[in-house]
Amino acid sequence: MSATAAGLLQIVLLLVLLAVAFRPLGDHIARVFTSTRHLAVERAFYRIVRVDPEADQRWSTYLLSVLGFSAVSVLLLYAILRLQDLLPLSLGFDGMAPDLAFNTATSFVANTNWQSYAGESTLGYTAQMAGLTVQNFLSAAVGLAVAIALIRGLTRRRTDRLGNFWVDLTRAVVRVLLPIAFLFALVLVAGGVVQNLSEPHDVTTLGGAVQSLIGGPVASQEAIKLLGTNGGGFFNANSAHPFENANALTNLLEIFLLLVIPVALCRTYGVLVKDKRQGYAVLAAMAVLWGAALVAVTAAEVNHSGTVPQAAGASLEGKEVRFDVWASALFANSTTGTSTGAVNSMHASYTGAGGGMVMLNMMLGEVSPGGVGSGLYGMVVLAILAVFLAGLMVGRTPEYLGKKIGRYEISLVALYILAMPFALLIGAAIASSFDTTRASLLNEGPQGLSEILYAFASGANNNGSAFAGLSANTEYYNTALGLAMLIGRFTTMVLVLALAGALARQRPTPVTAGTLPTHRPLFVGLHSVTVIIVAGLTFFPALALGPIAVALA
Amino acid sequence: MNLSGLVRQSWAGLRVLLLFTVILGIAYPLAVTGVSQLAFGDQADGSLVTHDGEVVGSSLIGQPFDGEQWFHPRPSAAGDGYDTLASGGSNLGPESAELLATVEERRAAVAEANGVDPADVPPDAVTASGSGLDPHISPAYAGIQVDRVARARGLDPADVRALVDEHTQGRVLGFLGGERVNVLELNLALEERGGS
Repeated sequence: MSATAAGLLQIVLLLVLLAVAFRPLGDHIARVFTSTRHLAVERAFYRIVRVDPEADQRWSTYLLSVLGFSAVSVLLLYAILRLQDLLPLSLGFDGMAPDLAFNTATSFVANTNWQSYAGESTLGYTAQMAGLTVQNFLSAAVGLAVAIALIRGLTRRRTDRLGNFWVDLTRAVVRVLLPIAFLFALVLVAGGVVQNLSEPHDVTTLGGAVQSLIGGPVASQEAIKLLGTNGGGFFNANSAHPFENANALTNLLEIFLLLVIPVALCRTYGVLVKDKRQGYAVLAAMAVLWGAALVAVTAAEVNHSGTVPQAAGASLEGKEVRFDVWASALFANSTTGTSTGAVNSMHASYTGAGGGMVMLNMMLGEVSPGGVGSGLYGMVVLAILAVFLAGLMVGRTPEYLGKKIGRYEISLVALYILAMPFALLIGAAIASSFDTTRASLLNEGPQGLSEILYAFASGANNNGSAFAGLSANTEYYNTALGLAMLIGRFTTMVLVLALAGALARQRPTPVTAGTLPTHRPLFVGLHSVTVIIVAGLTFFPALALGPIAVALA
Repeated sequence: MNLSGLVRQSWAGLRVLLLFTVILGIAYPLAVTGVSQLAFGDQADGSLVTHDGEVVGSSLIGQPFDGEQWFHPRPSAAGDGYDTLASGGSNLGPESAELLATVEERRAAVAEANGVDPADVPPDAVTASGSGLDPHISPAYAGIQVDRVARARGLDPADVRALVDEHTQGRVLGFLGGERVNVLELNLALEERGGS
C-alpha cells in the first residue's frame, strides 16, 4: 500500500472512531449535567468536603468557586513541586526553583501544560502523580464545567442561577473523565506504555554501552493527558517517547482521545439547547477548520520543501520511524487544533509551512475543535460574534438561540477576543526586544522569532506545545509565560461566566422570519470565516515575520 | 464579588482539592499500576529484552551501536545519543545552517561506512528522531547496512538480508504508521546467529 493510501486510511479510521463515540458520549455528558440524582459516592464526597450540592449559584458565585478552586490548585501544586524532595519516590531530585515551580503550577492548572523542564531529569513519581496527574483531571473538569454553565445561560430564562460548580466539577471527574481515563490507561499499557514504580537503574546494552532503564506511572498520566486536552508529557519527548506512545496503534488512540470530548461536546450542546442542528453546525465549523489545516500541514510535510528537508530527502528530523510523516502531521494538527499540546514529533523541525500552520491553529483561539469545554465555549463566543456581524449587515438586533446580543453581551465577547492576543503579542514583543531574552533562542532570524511567537501562542491559548529550541527555563520566560497562561485561561472564563449570567437573565425572543438561522451551511461558513478573519487581522503581521518568512526562504 | 466570598469558596476548594488529590493522585495511578502489573506485566515494566539471562534494555527504546558488526540506529539528539535521561529532538529548524551541515556530514559518513552512493542513503539515516530514542530504522536503512555487517561477521550477505526481512515490520494493521526494523531485536538475532 502506498504511503498516501495508508495515510488517508488512518484519517478515515480516526473519523470513524470519533463518529462512533459522538452520540453515546455526547448524550452521556448531557445526562451527567442535567441529572438531578447524585450517585452514592458523590453524596459521600459532598458530605466529606462539606459542600451543599443543592445550592444553585449565581454567575458571580460560580465564578468565585472557579477562581478560588484554581487558586488553591496553583498553591498546592506549587508547594508539591518546591518540596518534592521531601516526598516519597522523589528519585533524588531537588525541589523546583521558584520561577519554574510557578510556571509549572500555573501551566497545569490552566490546562496548558507548557513545560520548561524535562520530566525524566526533574520530577519524582509522587510529584508526577499527586501533583500533575491530579491537575490533568481537574483543569479539564473546570473547563467542562464552565462550558456547561454557558449552555445553561443560553437555555435558562429569567433566572440569575447557573448551577453548582462543585457538582459540575465532581460529576465531570467521576462520571466522565475518570472512567474513560482508567479504561484507556490500561489499553495504552497493553500497547506498550509503561506503568510501574521502579526507580531508574543502569543496564549494559547489547552494544556494551550503559543506558538507564527508566519507568514510572506513565500510562495513568498519559490517558488523562490526552483525554483532558492537557498535553504535558511524563518525559521530555512527550508522545514521541516510545514509553508514552509505543506504536502506530497507540498513536492513533492518543489522537482519538485528545479529540473525542471536544467533538462529542457538540452533541451535548445540541441536546442541551434542544436543537441538535445547532450542535452539528458548531461541529461543522470546527471540522472545516480542522480539515483545512490538516490538508495544509500534511501537504507541507509530505512535500518537504525547505533547505534541510530537501537535503535529507524527507521531513523526518524530529519525527519517529514508527509514525512516519502522515501520522506525525495528523497528531500535530489535532494537538494544536485542540488545546492539547502533546507532540509525537518536534514541531520546531517541521517545514516552514507545516510549522506555521500548527502555530496558526493555536492562534485561531483553540476552537478546531479546541480543548475540553474551552473549545465549545470559545466557538459559542465566536458564533455570537458572527451573529453580531450579520446583524450589523442587515441592521437588526442580533439574537443567538433566542437571546438578544446587546451592548453588554457584545462587549464581553469583544473583551474575550482581545484577551488572548493581548497576552500573546505583548509577551512576545517584550521577549523579542532584549538581548537577554533573545539569548534563549536556538535558531536565528525568522525561525528565532517563530520560537518566541510559538511559545506565547502556546501559553496564551493554553496549548503547551513548543518550538522547543527555545530555552524557556529562565526567570523571564517562566514568569511571562505563566502570566500569559493565567490571562489566556482565567480572564476568558470570567468573561464567559459573566456572559452566561447576562444571557440567563433574558426571556427568549420568539423566532420570526427575520431571525438569522444559526444551523444552516451559510452560518457555518460565516462562523468559520469569522474565526479566520479575527485571527488573521490580529496575527498576520507577526506571522509574516516568522513562519511565513521561513516558508518563503 | 467580594473578598470574603472568594475566601469562603477557596476554603471549600481546598477541601475538594485535597480529597481529589487522594483519589486521582494516589488511588487512581496505584490502581492502574496494580491492574497493569497483573494483566500486562511485560509491557508495564517496559518490554524488557534479555540476552544470556541479562536485561540488555527495552525493545521500545533505541540503543547506541558502534562498530562494523552491528546495524546502526538513527542519529540521536538525546544527550550524547540514546540517553534515556535526556529524551528529545534537535529542534533545529528547516533552514538551519547547522542542521544542514550535520545532515550532509551524516550522509557522507553513512555512505562511506556502508560503501554506498550518498544518494542511496535514506532520510532516516541522516535525521535525528523526536524522542532521540527511536528504536527503529527504515527497511531501506537496514538494507544498505547488510553487506557491511555480513562482512564484519563473516556471514553470507543473503543470510543477513533474510534476517533483516524477517525483522521488517509492515504498517500496523496494514496502514498505520511506517514500515520499520527494530534495531535492537535485529542485532540480538544476529548475535544469537553467531559469526565473529
